[in-house]
Amino acid sequence: MPGLVQASPTQAALRIRNLRKTYKDVVAVDGLDLEICSGECFGLLGPNGAGKTTTIEICEGLTEADSGEVDVLGLRWSSDAPALRQRLGIQLQETQLAEKLTVSETLRLFRSFFRQGPGAEEAIRVVQLEEKRDARVGALSGGQKQRLALACALVGDPDLLFLDEPTTGLDPQARRQLWDLIEEFKAAGRTILLTTHYMDEAEKLCDRVAIMDHGKTIAQGTPRELIASIGVEHVVEFSAGNTAVDLSGIRAMAGVRDVRTENGNVLLQVTELHKAVPALLDELTRQGVPLTELRTHSATLEDVFVHLTGRHLRDE
Amino acid sequence: MSKRNFTDHALVQLTLMRMREFIREPEALFWSMIFPIALAAGLGIAFRNRPPEVLKIAAVTPHLAEALRREKLLDVMQLPSELAEQFIRTGKVALVAEPGADGSVIYRYDDTNPEGRQARMLADQAIQRASGRQDPIAGNDQIMREPGSRYIDFLIPGLIGMGIMGNSIWGPGFSIVDARRKKLLKRIVATPMPKHYYLLSFLVWRMILLPVDVGVPLGFGILVFGIPLRGPIVALVGTCVLATLAFSAGGLLIASRVRTIEAASGLMNLSMVPMWILSGVFFSSQRFPDLVQPVIKALPLTAVIDALRANMLQGSGFAQIAPQAAVLGAWLVVCFGLALRLFRWR
Repeated sequence: MPGLVQASPTQAALRIRNLRKTYKDVVAVDGLDLEICSGECFGLLGPNGAGKTTTIEICEGLTEADSGEVDVLGLRWSSDAPALRQRLGIQLQETQLAEKLTVSETLRLFRSFFRQGPGAEEAIRVVQLEEKRDARVGALSGGQKQRLALACALVGDPDLLFLDEPTTGLDPQARRQLWDLIEEFKAAGRTILLTTHYMDEAEKLCDRVAIMDHGKTIAQGTPRELIASIGVEHVVEFSAGNTAVDLSGIRAMAGVRDVRTENGNVLLQVTELHKAVPALLDELTRQGVPLTELRTHSATLEDVFVHLTGRHLRDE
Repeated sequence: MSKRNFTDHALVQLTLMRMREFIREPEALFWSMIFPIALAAGLGIAFRNRPPEVLKIAAVTPHLAEALRREKLLDVMQLPSELAEQFIRTGKVALVAEPGADGSVIYRYDDTNPEGRQARMLADQAIQRASGRQDPIAGNDQIMREPGSRYIDFLIPGLIGMGIMGNSIWGPGFSIVDARRKKLLKRIVATPMPKHYYLLSFLVWRMILLPVDVGVPLGFGILVFGIPLRGPIVALVGTCVLATLAFSAGGLLIASRVRTIEAASGLMNLSMVPMWILSGVFFSSQRFPDLVQPVIKALPLTAVIDALRANMLQGSGFAQIAPQAAVLGAWLVVCFGLALRLFRWR
């Protein structure tokens, strides 16, 4: 992968080879390979049920794999679990911390589990919960709870930080606040593995991403590389109300890579927006189709996922 | 980290969490402290031994009043005769004694009223003795009202045992299931914390609360009802500690896999309700048929209550309550062993 520091064996913070995990008759992880370099923020992007959480929990030593190799910071769970626990910072999906404890009591509790690391007060400052230090956890907002969960992951001064869906369920402002925090961790040189099903989150935070579907990675690289790989720069979406559109005419237009219909709308993947839009308007006029809606956006990781799977990230 | 305080130790912090969750839950305080007192007070009052009734009577002359006051079961008022007449008609006194002709005494009372008849007997006896009557045969009373044979003496050890069982099973059981449900358990085992600290913190916290669990009903019984503590205190404490460990192990076992509070409540009730009934908290378990006695004797609550009663009421020490201690020890080993084997951290 060009443009980034190549993962060499000595630098890999996390290396996964041919990982498999099956629950009863559901294959959660199906031959996964990953390599994460020291100091990078790596994103596992994929829809619900793609195997992201299972993968991250195997890396965290909470779930046992059926087969495959997992090296974390050069150590193995089977032989080095106590040492590994000291060096990992973990934020799980949907953990509810004890509601009756205050913010600072919670952090002192978690701090007491680690040999070394910043004090509770330091962690409170980092996640900007100073004003809430004596508030009960039960009285915090969703975003504040999530920041506290991050602080709990930081009190052991981890070499590797696992964040499982850190912003799921938060309002836009709280998400943005959390992103700023994660950016700070990145700037401080921490290695981060995060999972998300928000493509904007992955694009904003991650140096590299792996797109997962059905327990496998279907694409890997920097967000920019992945978007470029589908050969599409823009997406045009329009609606013609209830009037039928002849899609073959649109497909024949220059610079159009793909045409799909979705919820009554037509989506075009195009390379040159400034040529495609006038051509589209001409074609619709020729067909006598009235335009009720027209939108364009630059291609995103979502489009990469749609391109690769024909489905949306948030489809169930 | 250069220097760490005692309070920075994981076990201390986990125990502090137990304490904070407990004292910040007002209902928990009520059920574990106020409720046992209310129960003991209610039952103690309902089944109290009434003091002997004192009968109110009136005497018209100081001389008569003085003679009558020698009888302790009479409460004598000296009243002018019109007022005494009024009092007996309104039932405020059961009898009026007034001087008759030739130094005799007239008793005015209603002979259809048992109180009146009793007052007549007591008053006449008092006046005859005051006038010099000698009883040919001396009668000596022996009153059977000593502490240790009353219902409240039987009840308090039962309530102590029931309290230890309830607090030791509910406390750890609920906290663990709640933490598992909220994925807090999983989050905590994802840290380097030694897992046994987590379970140990429940036992430490129960031991800290034990003086309260036991002290509240016991202190209440001693102060209000004067219940006896005839056996060695160390055997009493030992029994309570062993019982707490055994029931806490039971709580851990119940909570070892359950994921919902409802399922946990069901299991806890299933294990505790039969013991409330069979183990002789409120009435003697001897009333059940002989056939089931071996089963009843093998229940941990029966063992605790029998040991406490033997210690407090009959003065038994360790040697006499060894069988009960053995039953508790067996429950502790079996429940803790199974709990360790079955426990799920997620």
